[in-house]
Amino acid sequence: MSDILLDVQHLSHVFKLGKHAVIKAVDDVSFQLKKGEIFGLVGESGSGKSTVARCIMNIYKPTAGKILYTGLDICDRLEFRKYHKMLEANRQIIFQDSTSSLNQRMTVADIIAEPMHIHHIKPPRGSLRAEAEFQLSYVGMDSSYLDKYPTELSGGQRQRVAIARALSMEPELLVADEPIASLDVSIQAQIINLLRHCNREHGCSMLFIAHDLSMVEYLCDRVGVMYHGKLVEIAPTAELYANPQHPYTKTLLSAIPIPDPIAERNRKRMDFDEITFDRDGVLTEIAPGHFVLRKEDLE
Amino acid sequence: MDELLKIENLSVGIKSPAGKVQAVRDVSLELHPGEVLAIVGESGCGKSMLCKTIMKLLPKSAKIESGKIIANGVDITNYSDKDMRRLRGKLFSMIFQDPMTALNPTIPIGKQIAEAILVHEPKLPKEEVYNRVIALMELVGIQQPHERYKLYPYNFSGGMRQRSMMAIALAANPKVLLADEPTTALDVTIQAQILDLLKEIQTKLGTATILVSHDLGVVARCADRVAIMYAGKIVEIGTAEEVYYDPRHPYTWGLMQSLPALNKGAKELKTIPGMPPTLIDPPVGDAFACRNEYALEIDYHEQPPMFKITDTHYAATWLLDPRAPKVESPMGGKRNV
Repeated sequence: MSDILLDVQHLSHVFKLGKHAVIKAVDDVSFQLKKGEIFGLVGESGSGKSTVARCIMNIYKPTAGKILYTGLDICDRLEFRKYHKMLEANRQIIFQDSTSSLNQRMTVADIIAEPMHIHHIKPPRGSLRAEAEFQLSYVGMDSSYLDKYPTELSGGQRQRVAIARALSMEPELLVADEPIASLDVSIQAQIINLLRHCNREHGCSMLFIAHDLSMVEYLCDRVGVMYHGKLVEIAPTAELYANPQHPYTKTLLSAIPIPDPIAERNRKRMDFDEITFDRDGVLTEIAPGHFVLRKEDLE
Repeated sequence: MDELLKIENLSVGIKSPAGKVQAVRDVSLELHPGEVLAIVGESGCGKSMLCKTIMKLLPKSAKIESGKIIANGVDITNYSDKDMRRLRGKLFSMIFQDPMTALNPTIPIGKQIAEAILVHEPKLPKEEVYNRVIALMELVGIQQPHERYKLYPYNFSGGMRQRSMMAIALAANPKVLLADEPTTALDVTIQAQILDLLKEIQTKLGTATILVSHDLGVVARCADRVAIMYAGKIVEIGTAEEVYYDPRHPYTWGLMQSLPALNKGAKELKTIPGMPPTLIDPPVGDAFACRNEYALEIDYHEQPPMFKITDTHYAATWLLDPRAPKVESPMGGKRNV
């Protein structure tokens, strides 16, 4: 069991809208993240992907369910308080919108060194500035950017600074919440290469959230598909793309654009009817490691 | 008149505190009735500026420096704002990137579409306007239009808002539709729906469309012709088949290679090194030269002209000069067409 880094058990999160109305953003989601693995979470906007990420990072408090990080229940207040230093240093998040996740009044050097400053870590490379310079060069930017402000950088550069800030703590778990959604295709490729490098060379486990399925296919080891707060399918990447089982997964896969005009024009796109979606199923294993949400009596 | 829209050697400059930005440099293109032309390039390469120039929605600091825009056989380069107002919506309409900010949040959707009709036909009776709005909403695939007529933009999802935007754009039956990254803010599934809708409308109404995007994968589905833009210039233009199966410009190769769909099983995604140049002081030679691994000596001194490959396919790279060394395309040359 020791190779499981993150264990999400029956996680639910409900947002209250006024007095009576509630939104079930996340509804009974369970999955596990192994050490050194990249787990992809895909689904359309509003399917609860980001809420899961925020629950894992203790930004939201889940309504029900448990999240175990290396065996510690992080939703338990006492346990969290006891280990919060370790938990805060070892888990890092990259947000989707790099503009609003970087403080506009701080320079790049300050932004990258801030986590070290907060955790009172003695910089292994002498000074905080040297540390920031190293992290910056790691993500492929030179030291001339150290004294710039986030507004002076382009979207791809800002996202790199956000990644450098997350990596400065050498995290065990990196949660990437749509890090490439607002970037150009060529910049997307650079960021993806960088994330893959972190995983391969530093063994940093990753929860990668995206709605771009082609990038997920390239980067992730396992993929979970979410729809309306439910996890409808989990499978190893190759298995999921070769043999999708849930109708929603099939719809998602049919919507990936392929850069091939003739094939693309002849391809049939599928529509997923919301009415046919059955919330009451359970995740059933149909192949080793491949789980699909379906009704029990079908078996 | 064969072309609906013809742009000849258009250059646009924007004044800024740091100097003049050459946003669009010497662009020439044509749009034929009923075709979809996709313009693809990285952000900051002037795609949106080109669209705004055609619509004459330029900011005050920007100016057309040279070149001509000929719409429907009439030179509209020097049209005043008053003249342009008659053309906007009728001759060309635009769909913006962000459907959240382009709609007025305080006016119901139906009324906003009606507004677009009334601008061109102010004396239309109320009932007829209502019927036209319902017909438009049905055309763009908004179901239950009677109930949704009175809803506000915040009641709509992103995809539905983009559909409403399209209804507004199509209100006065435009001949040219300019779609500026219409799907960037949307999900993959909704993106596919909107692209299909664009294609459907284009075949139904025969509207010529300029589709702007940064993703070559996205435009493959509906583009008839593709223009690749870099640093304010068009570097390659051709039919979709030519550009996708036989790309010639190194920048097109780079764009294609950074798509994960063409990198299956590869260890690393290919990327284009460096950043696009700032256009305040564009380089003397080919703007792409310093990021181009196939760059020749001449690329740094002189801008390449458009070399003709076939009647429809042109590319601006010195690699196509007969004196240039033969370079094998990393895409594996011609793929099966």
